[in-house]
Amino acid sequence: MFRNNYDNDAVTFSPQGRIFQVEYAQEAVKQGSVVVGLVNKTHAVLVGLKRNAEELSSYQKKIIEIDSHMGIAIAGLASDARVLSNFMKQQSLGSRMTYGRPLPVDRIVSQIGDRAQTNTQHYGKRPYGVGLLVAGVDAGGPHLFEFQPSGMTQEMVACAIGARSQMARTYLERNLEKIAGSTRDELITHGLQALKETLSQDKELTVDNTSVGVVGLAPEGARGRIESFKLYEGQLLVPLLDALERSEAGEETKEAETMEVDS
Amino acid sequence: MNHFPEAWGRPRDDVYGPYNPSYLQTTGPKTHTQSPAVTGSSILGIKFNGGCVLASDNLASYGSLARFTDVKRLRKFGDTALVGFSGDISDMQYIDRLLDSIDIRENYSAHGNTLNAKNLHTYLSKVLYKRRSEFNPLWNHILVAGFDDDKKPFLSSADLLGTTFSAPHLATGFGAHLALPILRRLFPEERPIEEISKDEAVAALRECLKVLWYRDARSLDKYTIAVITAQGIEIQEDQQVEAQSWAFAETIKGYGAQVN
Repeated sequence: MFRNNYDNDAVTFSPQGRIFQVEYAQEAVKQGSVVVGLVNKTHAVLVGLKRNAEELSSYQKKIIEIDSHMGIAIAGLASDARVLSNFMKQQSLGSRMTYGRPLPVDRIVSQIGDRAQTNTQHYGKRPYGVGLLVAGVDAGGPHLFEFQPSGMTQEMVACAIGARSQMARTYLERNLEKIAGSTRDELITHGLQALKETLSQDKELTVDNTSVGVVGLAPEGARGRIESFKLYEGQLLVPLLDALERSEAGEETKEAETMEVDS
Repeated sequence: MNHFPEAWGRPRDDVYGPYNPSYLQTTGPKTHTQSPAVTGSSILGIKFNGGCVLASDNLASYGSLARFTDVKRLRKFGDTALVGFSGDISDMQYIDRLLDSIDIRENYSAHGNTLNAKNLHTYLSKVLYKRRSEFNPLWNHILVAGFDDDKKPFLSSADLLGTTFSAPHLATGFGAHLALPILRRLFPEERPIEEISKDEAVAALRECLKVLWYRDARSLDKYTIAVITAQGIEIQEDQQVEAQSWAFAETIKGYGAQVN
């Protein structure tokens, strides 16, 4: 029987130049429930769909605050994400301790990227089975980064990873210009809308299965330079989901008005 | 004659008897880091409307010997901060290398160097505190000048124990005794920093350096003065103490052999 000889460890290339263990790790990301991230000029938003393993269990955490200026959304092995998030929290705290400065987002992203890459080049190690979206603000404004188990990181204006995330990416691509010029609340609604696109027919967004994280620059005249990372879960989501419903209703009436009707 | 190297420079056995090696301390704690060797004297600093000035002379003394007369003890960090060092010169050079490596690391990131003077002062105070906690202090007293997170002028000091102190005008070494009273008289607490101009601040520090040259035996009449404003950093090296008047010297009595 045919057997793949090139996927026993993460250090061996296949003759086609692929590293199967890394690809399998990326498959683990695709199995995780979807998370969406997007930025405009002032804010970065993370939105995630939470899954519960069984009726009686609680929902899996999808968004983690790293520091007051940064948070991550995870897709894939949650336990690997905890290792990475603990590392990120330590680094953030270290930066505040030694320099009195919040850690720049690109700095921590390249650090976890380097760690993940190391795992793909050492015998006896395995890649992280998790993909991350890192959202935060620093001196350069709001940022969103994508992180993959291969160690690849890149800055994004909008991104979605996890199961059925293609639908969300399609939505984000179609609405890129609207997102760029949106307000804080519109940005959240776009995130929720993108998330909703990924749902199968019989599912909908509820206060139990949705998670939203927002971080950004503080509005003019506010105390402090940044609006700290805030996680919306449970009842806090009600106004956000209502806003989503209202915007959908608005879109539909607009469509109905412009639709040509046979007379 | 004994040609073995271990005998070089030692009293001859046939004349003085065998050398007593117990005089050569081979065990026990290291002590050479517990006092400075080549030292720099005062650093002066003052805040004014829109920036800070630091000043120091160009002397590095070896004990009471004026050993090196062109040592620059002020440095800039990127274009965001000025650092002035008094105390041990070799420790200054070590910290200088630390700062260089941080500067390089910072400039690799996407947005360049985002460390301001306040961040730098926090870092340096932690370095100094760590070293004193290891009983191996960096023998320096440092002034950091620049801007804080709110883009307001920032001036603060950190010493070899990791103690930090901040004030509108600061001085280390002998300057703390000779220059600070002058600066406090010129710029009393009631006078807000916004009323102090750059020229006034620079002139005050030049005057203080002259007083130090008159009265601090470990000082020099060649000095460096550096200004940091929102527009950038301006360092003037090889300045000379002008308009000296030693007339007062004749009235000084009580130091050393005097007949009348």
